[in-house]
Amino acid sequence: MSHEPRIGVYVCHCGVNIAGVVDVKRVAAEMASEAGVVLSREYKFMCSTPGQEMIIDDIQSHGLNRVVVAACSPRMHEGTFQGACRKAGVNAYFFQMANIREHDSWVTLDKEEATRKAIALTRAAVRRVRNHEPLETRQVEVRKEVLVIGGGIAGIEAALTVAESGNHVYLVEREPTIGGHMARFDKTFPTLDCSACILTPKMNAVGSHPNITLMTSCEVEEVKGFVGNFDVKVKRKARYVDHDKCTGCGACVEKCPVKVPSEFDEGLSKRKAIYTPFPQAVPNKPVIDRAACTYFRTGKCRLCERFCEPKAIAFEQQESTQEIQVGAIIVATGFEFYRGEALSWYGHGRYPNVITALEFERLNNASGPTEGVLRMADGRVPQSVAILHCIGSRDKNYQEYCSRVCCMYSLKFAHLVKEKTGAEVFEFYIDMRSPGKGYEEFHDRIREEGAHLIRGKVGEVTDLAVNPEEQGRLIVVAEDTLAGSRLRVPVDMVVLSPGLSAHRDSKVAQLLKCAVDKNGFFIEKHPKLAPVDTATDGVFLAGCCQGPKDIPDTVAQSQAAAAKALALATRGVVEAEGRTACIDPEVCAGCKLCVSLCPYKAISFDTAKEISVVNEVLCKGCGTCAAACPSGAAQARHFKDVHIFNEIEGVLAL
Amino acid sequence: MTNDPKIVAFLCHWCSYTGADLAGTSRIKYTPAVRIVRVMCSGRIEPSFVLKALKEGADGVLICGCHPGDCHYQEGNYKALRRFHMLKEMLGQFGLEGDRVRLEWVSASEGDRFAKLADSFTEEIRRLGPLAWKRVGNESERRVA
Repeated sequence: MSHEPRIGVYVCHCGVNIAGVVDVKRVAAEMASEAGVVLSREYKFMCSTPGQEMIIDDIQSHGLNRVVVAACSPRMHEGTFQGACRKAGVNAYFFQMANIREHDSWVTLDKEEATRKAIALTRAAVRRVRNHEPLETRQVEVRKEVLVIGGGIAGIEAALTVAESGNHVYLVEREPTIGGHMARFDKTFPTLDCSACILTPKMNAVGSHPNITLMTSCEVEEVKGFVGNFDVKVKRKARYVDHDKCTGCGACVEKCPVKVPSEFDEGLSKRKAIYTPFPQAVPNKPVIDRAACTYFRTGKCRLCERFCEPKAIAFEQQESTQEIQVGAIIVATGFEFYRGEALSWYGHGRYPNVITALEFERLNNASGPTEGVLRMADGRVPQSVAILHCIGSRDKNYQEYCSRVCCMYSLKFAHLVKEKTGAEVFEFYIDMRSPGKGYEEFHDRIREEGAHLIRGKVGEVTDLAVNPEEQGRLIVVAEDTLAGSRLRVPVDMVVLSPGLSAHRDSKVAQLLKCAVDKNGFFIEKHPKLAPVDTATDGVFLAGCCQGPKDIPDTVAQSQAAAAKALALATRGVVEAEGRTACIDPEVCAGCKLCVSLCPYKAISFDTAKEISVVNEVLCKGCGTCAAACPSGAAQARHFKDVHIFNEIEGVLAL
Repeated sequence: MTNDPKIVAFLCHWCSYTGADLAGTSRIKYTPAVRIVRVMCSGRIEPSFVLKALKEGADGVLICGCHPGDCHYQEGNYKALRRFHMLKEMLGQFGLEGDRVRLEWVSASEGDRFAKLADSFTEEIRRLGPLAWKRVGNESERRVA
């Protein structure tokens, strides 16, 4: 550097968040004596406009060329302060942050210890910033195309919103049809809209939209690149039906002699080996289930082929891979209903009239196995039904969290049972949770309709009768915690309302380098202020993959995710990371160790000069080449050895 | 105060540093003995960083990266693991306890785990006592920052 470091240090109070624990005045005073520090201040809120303006003014009036802010995590406000530096003409990389909130004041009990730690962390930043170098950022163009992963209501809504803007969308769905869980529901709470009636028009819109490439029976296999320029490999499973030729006439389905349980109907009905999952499927063209198909199992049959007029059956079809390039990715992979052992605890799988919520939805659905008539296993219509909330939910043994939707869908069930059968309904809940527009009113309505709402978690469901009234029925054993009494309620049918779980088998999070929480749901960038962003720039979240939520919230979040993706596409450019690796050609011995280590193939070997060279466009700045380089020629900019060493010295200095 | 161990923790930006942030956001208290240095990837951590920390007065060094398969840079954490094993062997040759350095995987959602880890590792280092080469050096010289 041509000029000596002139450092400004700013210690933030963050209201009482930091100043309540850390003696900020002492921290600022200690820094004043560090070499290169021109001024050292403390201020109530550094991130506020006056705080940022203070930095800008000081840079201009005191000729500062380095800035250190001791405040919150750099993940929170590094960008804010880098922006202030840039405004005042100081390179953004002459800025360093000391994390004295998340890593100190919020985690340390003792005030003296917290202050000492704050001094150490800030000192580390000051010593480090002295040796910083200005770095250039490059502008990289953003591709306009957007990838949406998952074709439930979240993915559908996000895809349509993006497509309506004129940008192209690739919608990838692993099942043969889009629609997700919502397509399987009968009614939606609290309005009792028919689920299919409001969903299928949107599904059709996706299927016919000129800006949407619908990729069903497909899975994302590989994601490379970064914000604005993702290279995605999508695997298309073999469908054994050529959808370009198929007219969807259904002759093949009719002729297929094989019947297997329908996944769409929770196994309550049968489908053929060649099938469309449900009548309104999009695309409305069949696929062959290889495991069930007689031809694939025995080499004989081919009935579907014989009756297919457009000759669309393609037994020889192979799995294929398609590569697409997109600028942004929206994750809408949804959820699965809890299917753990809490279900069998309440007799599911043991008693035929203990059914799950999803089975109930299908039984109630006009296109379901009973054409919408709620029947028991023996075909009778139930006279009394118990609905058990919180199956597997709010329970440390299973899922600790509340799934937010189960109380409401259980109340919806009560209404449907009453409406369709007139049966008596008993709802067993832990707490009734109805926070939402019209939800509490819906709860009141169900109570007025005569459902018995009993506050108490059910202990067991049994068929062991102790009196003639209980004979041949299911007995729900529970405690009414409001009345303080033990209950035995004999009923004909029990509906279990399980919570929502994250997809355990999904590798999407790993492919996208997104973090998931302990329950398997994607972690948003900030729980309040960046609810659809992720830590991976250019990847956004929509729907239940981020956490359980109802349909209105899912749709709202999907539109938000689409807006974020579109904001990126409209901006058209992103700043590429300046913190890349570099190799000093004078020092490099040409050992090629770095070439083999680089995960992005960003280092090549210049055979003429016999040295390794970094392609900065490909480099992501992980620094593994710098760590491995035996001669010190490879260095990670902004994380050079000297910077780390300075920081180590600093954090240990008190 | 001086008897308290000093620990330098190298945390990768994407998982572990975020996990440590979460410990803060969740207000989970842990020992101030652990001082965090951020690197973009655990694959950036050189054995010399650890030796530097031990030389500068640290009694233990904690290295945290993303869980296997979750590395933001694909496989930096595996590289960290390889270097860690090499380093442990090297420490033995220096006459130091290998247990003074620990490698752990901490995800962005494991704030609680990070705090517990910080405490338990500090306890372990306390049991090992101050770093042995401290006792042979010149006290005033070593304490110079």
